[in-house]
Amino acid sequence: MRSRLKVLSDQVRRGLASAALRYVLILLIALAAYGAVLLMAGKDPVKAYGDIVKFTLGTSYGLSEVIVRMIPLLLTAVAVALPSRLGLINVGGEGQLYMGAWLATWGAITFTALPAIAFVPLLIFLGFVGGGSWAAVAGLLRAKGWVNETISTLLMNYVAPLIVGYFVYGAWRSAESSAFPQSPAFPPAARLPRLFGTRIHLGLVLAVLVLAIYWFVMQRTAWGLRMRAIGGNPEAARRLGIRLGWYIVIVLFIAGGIAGLAGMAEVSALHGRLRSGFSPGYGFVGFMISWLAGGSPLGMLLMSFLLAVIFAGGSLLQVTQGVPFAAVNVLMAIILFIVLAQIRFARRRRA
Amino acid sequence: MTWTFLWSVLSGCIMYGVPLLYATLGEVIGQRAGMVNLGLEGILLVGASIGFVVTAKTGNAALGVIVAMAAGGLFNLLYAFLAVTRRANQLASGLALMFFGIGLSALIGKAYIGTRIVGLARYQIPGIAQLPWASKTLFNYDVLVYLAFPMAILVWWVLFRTRWGLSLRAVGESPTAAFAAGRRVSLLRYQAQFLNGALSGLAGAHLSLALAMSWTEGMTGGRGFIAVALVIFSRWHPLRAIAGALLFGGAVTLQLQLQAQGTDVSPFLLNMIPYVLTLGVLVVWGGVRRFAAPGALGRVYYGED
Amino acid sequence: MDIVEQGPLVSLRGISKGFPNVQANDSVDLDFFRGEIHALLGENGAGKSTLMKILYGFYRADRGEIMVNGERQNIRSPLDARRLRIGMVFQTFTLIPALSVAENVALYLPHLPAIPGRARIARQIREVSLRYGLDVDPGATVRDLCIGDQQKVEVLKLLLADARVLIFDEATRVLAPHEIESLFAVLKRLRDDGYSIVFITHKLREVLACADRITVMRRGRIAGTLSCSEATENTLISLMFEAAAPAEMRTAAPGQRTVSATPSLELRGVSAKARGGQTRLKEIDLELHSGEILGVAGVSGNGQRELGDVILGLLPCAAGQKLLFGEDATRWSAGHIRRSGIGFIPEEPLAMGVVPWMTVLQNAALGDLEKYSRCGGLALDWSAVRADVERSYGALGLSAPGPHTQARALSGGNLQRSILARELGRLPRLVVASYPTRGLDVVSATSARRLLATIRDSGASVLLVSEDLDELYGLSDRLIVLFEGRIVRTAFPRDISREEIGHLMTGTGCGHAQ
Repeated sequence: MRSRLKVLSDQVRRGLASAALRYVLILLIALAAYGAVLLMAGKDPVKAYGDIVKFTLGTSYGLSEVIVRMIPLLLTAVAVALPSRLGLINVGGEGQLYMGAWLATWGAITFTALPAIAFVPLLIFLGFVGGGSWAAVAGLLRAKGWVNETISTLLMNYVAPLIVGYFVYGAWRSAESSAFPQSPAFPPAARLPRLFGTRIHLGLVLAVLVLAIYWFVMQRTAWGLRMRAIGGNPEAARRLGIRLGWYIVIVLFIAGGIAGLAGMAEVSALHGRLRSGFSPGYGFVGFMISWLAGGSPLGMLLMSFLLAVIFAGGSLLQVTQGVPFAAVNVLMAIILFIVLAQIRFARRRRA
Repeated sequence: MTWTFLWSVLSGCIMYGVPLLYATLGEVIGQRAGMVNLGLEGILLVGASIGFVVTAKTGNAALGVIVAMAAGGLFNLLYAFLAVTRRANQLASGLALMFFGIGLSALIGKAYIGTRIVGLARYQIPGIAQLPWASKTLFNYDVLVYLAFPMAILVWWVLFRTRWGLSLRAVGESPTAAFAAGRRVSLLRYQAQFLNGALSGLAGAHLSLALAMSWTEGMTGGRGFIAVALVIFSRWHPLRAIAGALLFGGAVTLQLQLQAQGTDVSPFLLNMIPYVLTLGVLVVWGGVRRFAAPGALGRVYYGED
Repeated sequence: MDIVEQGPLVSLRGISKGFPNVQANDSVDLDFFRGEIHALLGENGAGKSTLMKILYGFYRADRGEIMVNGERQNIRSPLDARRLRIGMVFQTFTLIPALSVAENVALYLPHLPAIPGRARIARQIREVSLRYGLDVDPGATVRDLCIGDQQKVEVLKLLLADARVLIFDEATRVLAPHEIESLFAVLKRLRDDGYSIVFITHKLREVLACADRITVMRRGRIAGTLSCSEATENTLISLMFEAAAPAEMRTAAPGQRTVSATPSLELRGVSAKARGGQTRLKEIDLELHSGEILGVAGVSGNGQRELGDVILGLLPCAAGQKLLFGEDATRWSAGHIRRSGIGFIPEEPLAMGVVPWMTVLQNAALGDLEKYSRCGGLALDWSAVRADVERSYGALGLSAPGPHTQARALSGGNLQRSILARELGRLPRLVVASYPTRGLDVVSATSARRLLATIRDSGASVLLVSEDLDELYGLSDRLIVLFEGRIVRTAFPRDISREEIGHLMTGTGCGHAQ
């Protein structure tokens, strides 16, 4: 048993080293390619990268901004990774995130008199249920065999922000005059506590906890083995008595709930109110992170950090160099491209 | 509910449904070859932005359309390269294309936000203005709208009446069987994706050059994904795609018409109609439709020895 | 039957082909002539299929030459083979189910114009099918045809593509005796018209019934070639096997068994719909007792899979009642049924029985997760799993494979054994065994059969679905015949002949799946 552990840890270490090397290489190539794109857009890539590194890794404020962005990315990544172990493709992180924010906002502006110690768990609960029920609809449709979850979660992605918009422009529109419509401010007790005197908030604890629980359930528990069996061979899993429909709905509910937590954390901790279109596409990027990391917890941690740096850098470049924030999509695409293009034969034809 | 209202809706139905029809036709071709392309949104945006920029610079909308088509076709070859040659996961490859398109179009179009152009010229079928309930503004379409339905018929004919179409469908049902019959699977898939890209680029160009006459970041608003859903809705059949496109066009038009009438419905709710409708239809028809899907849809083909 | 005395149409010289674990072909020399039916006979794994796949361009030989009409040819792909007018009908058809008969045929036409004329193709199909007795409707969708008709389409494909060498790989596996006769009639008509037919099989009776020349292969080499006049069952068997006749397939006939009062399984008027709306089960009445093997005979696709799935709880009963050990189990979930002591040997082990990338240990754990769960599912007792794996393999008289071997890395025989160990190790009271020896080599097949007999002897019930009539006769205590979702006969093996079963399996004519 002990020797098996040693063999395993050696493999892990070797695997980590080669994986780290791979990631670094991919990153370098991607940065070079994106640099070329920036050049063509008339910007100075070297200065741009220099500014980003100095800001994000050089200043403590910059680093905290990176971590702030890392929180929703990590959560939405797990929201994709968990169902992916069952072979389910959840592209609906964006919508689930909005619905978590929406339900949490309802709670924040309805129960204004609650003390913080009750509010925070309430918000966590509402955020989870909001996103979870949104995803569970797709799960139900899939379990019944009516609609593939890729399509349904994708379509519902576009409905959720509209629901938020409807309320923000309508029933929840704050009386305060401001540049754009927004909900009333959350009572102070409803704001997720901040850590280290920065904008980093309790969401970080949630995200890390969720990641750890994900790893534990998948690797160690009987439920995890069942879920991986469903992902590995649903037909065999069915025959072995595993209830597919049940797991599909439950897992998508939990995944949506995790994404919902991300939305709740964003509005509660960062903005303090609900605004239309507050997510720069975290849901899609979460898909990308989960996919790039192959569902591995450590990989997701690293990738979400990396992408958080990119996002923080993107915001910076928009301000300093007038590069539209949407351009970070190009960098993400390049990274995804490089990884996808390297796929070798996954299996050789058995001659 | 006056006649004018109804005819306005019908007129808008067709006009707003056309971009979606082109994109859906493109994706039908692609999915008939066995490939799901979620990057349509990116291609639409690329087509819209490039078409707009070319038109703004040269003043020639037709040129803008042609360049947009070419750009869309070439752009989609990136997806084909990943999914066919590198045998990568089709969904992830499509999303990569989507990201790329969103970002690229933002960069391309940045300098032209707010620019106004003279878009494609519009023509009315002679005689329509004379009809009692019609007016000069109704059924006033640009050439791309008039070409849309013939295009659907052309796609149908190519898929079901030509050798190329037969080979393509064979590839989409079973690449192994198609290969055994001597068909070149990869080449056919590349060709299908080029056509898919060209048609989707065309759809994007129609948005910016004929409907909006302007460029905004992300102006396609998820139409790329609706097109993918409509392919399922129309059971992978080009002619049935017309119905789907009209349905979507109708939803968009209805929203505009109700707003114009001053009906007090939140635009957000109206904007939801297309998505909810598509989802609803998928739910109702979904279970039945599944067996009509091309057999090898979404699966990576690893090739023979 | 005279062999036409021109040079051979196709000559193979010194063909050798090796795969990582085995030398499939070893310096094979063989000739095929026009106007003859040449049978290639041998056990599973003798190399016959590989040899013909090399001729068809599916594989490339490591060494050796192929000559067509005296000229050396380099066949690199099926396209090259087809250009040389060599065609092959595989065990698994390369038809495209969603397309029509005419479209499938058109795909293989060598000079298909860019805009094919559908009427013209339909006419061509009708002409050829009339000539050789291969009647099919050109407009029909292949998915809707029964297996026998699909095979006809495969042959039509080759004929219309101008093939003159037709290779059939185990063509009769999916056919009933009645249909096999009509296939032989077709082959003979083709032979009389000068086609060269190569017929790969492992069934002696077929070879003696229709072949002009018989080549026996054994372990990748040619063991001998006989003309049909020279060949007898014994001479062929002695060529096929180094020793005498293969191990006795018939297990000891069970003595009079005390039948328990309550049957372990009872189906009363059970009807079920299959997925895809194909074969339904119609009013199935059957009883299965402990210590009994009930054999289910029938052509694949007549409800066997549905019967197994209904019993296992994977398919709901549209009507009727299902009783397990006296309890009404009609609405039980698959998990509930499994937990009550029912096991299954799936039709396709890799696709249905295991998670391919998981290890033997993990797949074993999946077999009975409730047993190995601790703390309500938060942890798993892996040492208990390992102990059980050792124990069940030991009870079967085998050594367990490395516990961390992935299921997909196991050979067919070892995979089946791992499933047997997992399922039978739970000491089930009832086992649904579907085609348990399909695709296995002789040794594995024999030991699997022996295992089933053993658990029957210890009191369990077995429902045995098989396409091998010898196996059914050898193992079953009772037989039922399924046709179009109905039980058309129940009998003891000694009271019913193979011919009768064959006719029952097909009713009158081809068994169409409705």
